[in-house]
Amino acid sequence: MNRSLRLNLALVACIAVTFLLSLMAGKVWIPLDAWVAGDPRWPIIAELRMPRTVLAILVGGALGVSGAAMQGYLRNPLADPGLFGVSSGAALGAVISLYFGYTASAWLLPAFALTGAGLTMAILALLVGRSGSMIVFTLAGVILSSVAGSMTALAISLAPTPFATSQIVTWLMGALTDRSWDDVWLALPLLALGGTLLALTGRTLDALTLGESAARSMGVDPLRLQLLIVVGVALCVGASVATAGIIGFVGLIVPHLVRPFVGNRPSAVLLPSALAGALLLLLGDCVVRAMPTVSELRLGIAMSMLGGPFFLFLLLRMRRGLA
Amino acid sequence: MLTLGGRRVLDAISTTFTPGRVTAVLGPNGAGKSTLLSCLAGLRTPDEGRVLVDGQPRSALSMRDLARQIGLLPQGADVHWDVDVATLVALGRYPHRARWGETEADGAAVARAMAATDVTQFATRPMTALSGGERARVLLARVLAGEPQWLLADEPLANLDPAHQLGTLECLREVTRSGAGVILVLHDLNHAIRVADEVLLLCDGRIIAQGAPEDVLTPQRIAETYGVSSHIGTTPDGVRFIVTSQMAR
Repeated sequence: MNRSLRLNLALVACIAVTFLLSLMAGKVWIPLDAWVAGDPRWPIIAELRMPRTVLAILVGGALGVSGAAMQGYLRNPLADPGLFGVSSGAALGAVISLYFGYTASAWLLPAFALTGAGLTMAILALLVGRSGSMIVFTLAGVILSSVAGSMTALAISLAPTPFATSQIVTWLMGALTDRSWDDVWLALPLLALGGTLLALTGRTLDALTLGESAARSMGVDPLRLQLLIVVGVALCVGASVATAGIIGFVGLIVPHLVRPFVGNRPSAVLLPSALAGALLLLLGDCVVRAMPTVSELRLGIAMSMLGGPFFLFLLLRMRRGLA
Repeated sequence: MLTLGGRRVLDAISTTFTPGRVTAVLGPNGAGKSTLLSCLAGLRTPDEGRVLVDGQPRSALSMRDLARQIGLLPQGADVHWDVDVATLVALGRYPHRARWGETEADGAAVARAMAATDVTQFATRPMTALSGGERARVLLARVLAGEPQWLLADEPLANLDPAHQLGTLECLREVTRSGAGVILVLHDLNHAIRVADEVLLLCDGRIIAQGAPEDVLTPQRIAETYGVSSHIGTTPDGVRFIVTSQMAR
């Protein structure tokens, strides 16, 4: 059994265990013997914890595989799926819906967020054109991210009521609280399609290890690769932000966590990153639920608290490598 | 013809490369050597004119088909992720590989390429643990693993010590024995006369001369092209050499 398969099986086993833990953990501990349809606590599991747990796995997996694909594509270990502005665009869409109070239906906010992600992706494609250039791609992403971020800040500062401001700020922090099966059914097809597109890039990302010229001389089509990456990451990140808000650092961290076990080959990092992302977000969600705080700690904040020091650790390690 | 940034980099280039031979592309800095190689490998498209591969227009071939026929070793090739040697050499099979994993033919081609460049013993070592010479051999093995009909290498001897330079030249020479054509961009005229069957001399994007090294690399032509004086001699064991010096003012 090779190292990659061993790691993937171990991660699947950990996810299975954490899945069960996630259904039991929370303000109310629900032991296994209460998992029967007649038990009064069963609706908590079936309607609250189960969709939340499934969504944590889906969103974590999508962010993990997106991060691995972005790092492989840009050949930069510090690349993050949020880099090209799709998450900021999705967040802006959601903020607009909150700003105008379009939250009557559970579908409206995710629909606005997905529209924001889609529009950002379309503008990105227009800006990059047919150049296939990674530099143009990165710069265009940074510009879009910055513009969407400033518009979000504008919406917060001009919010019509303090309630809208509070709603926007809370939503931006990212969480899986009170998510329902509707959110799962909304995210599932988009995340599955995005993940499949990213999985198709594996071997091409390997070829890119040798640089753009060598990869092109090996038959890599840079435009096709860029299209797969942009659409794949946009679907994964857009659907994640639409259902869970902004949850940073997962895509940055997990590829680094799995590389010591599977090596640096970009294609070998994709699947374990998806699994490790799912596990990380699931564990994070269990922790925020179980913490003895008055109101639940937002998952996005918990991930940032983990991600910041990890980023610093990476920076110090890279600096040591350069010394 | 090819114009880049308003400057005509290649102009009126009309030439044919012969399979089974080593052709050295020579010329001063900025002559258009690397650009010519890029055009041949399909990385650039000429503004005017066309490249034919075995009589077929290059544009008629898919990128993958072209990559199967032409292997390119770019100048100063970077390796962005620290993968092990066997993984890196196996990347050379990218144009050939089936959708689902490596075939026996892929494994055999990788093993042959590693043996030809004498890197088999490094198979499990990470690239960062290799010396400059070992890295260069591994990168050459990557191109050889693709078993191209044409091998294009842009300054493959840069940063190599003399022993590794001669070893690499011998390896490239060996490639032609299977009938493949080798086109090398070189700076050192001595390497060119040692390895090449044919020399293509470029200056300012134009072909100055093409033919056997002894016919093309004459003191007068070297002076016109490079602006240096030269002495061409032969060692007691029959190896030709060129010594260049600044021209008397």
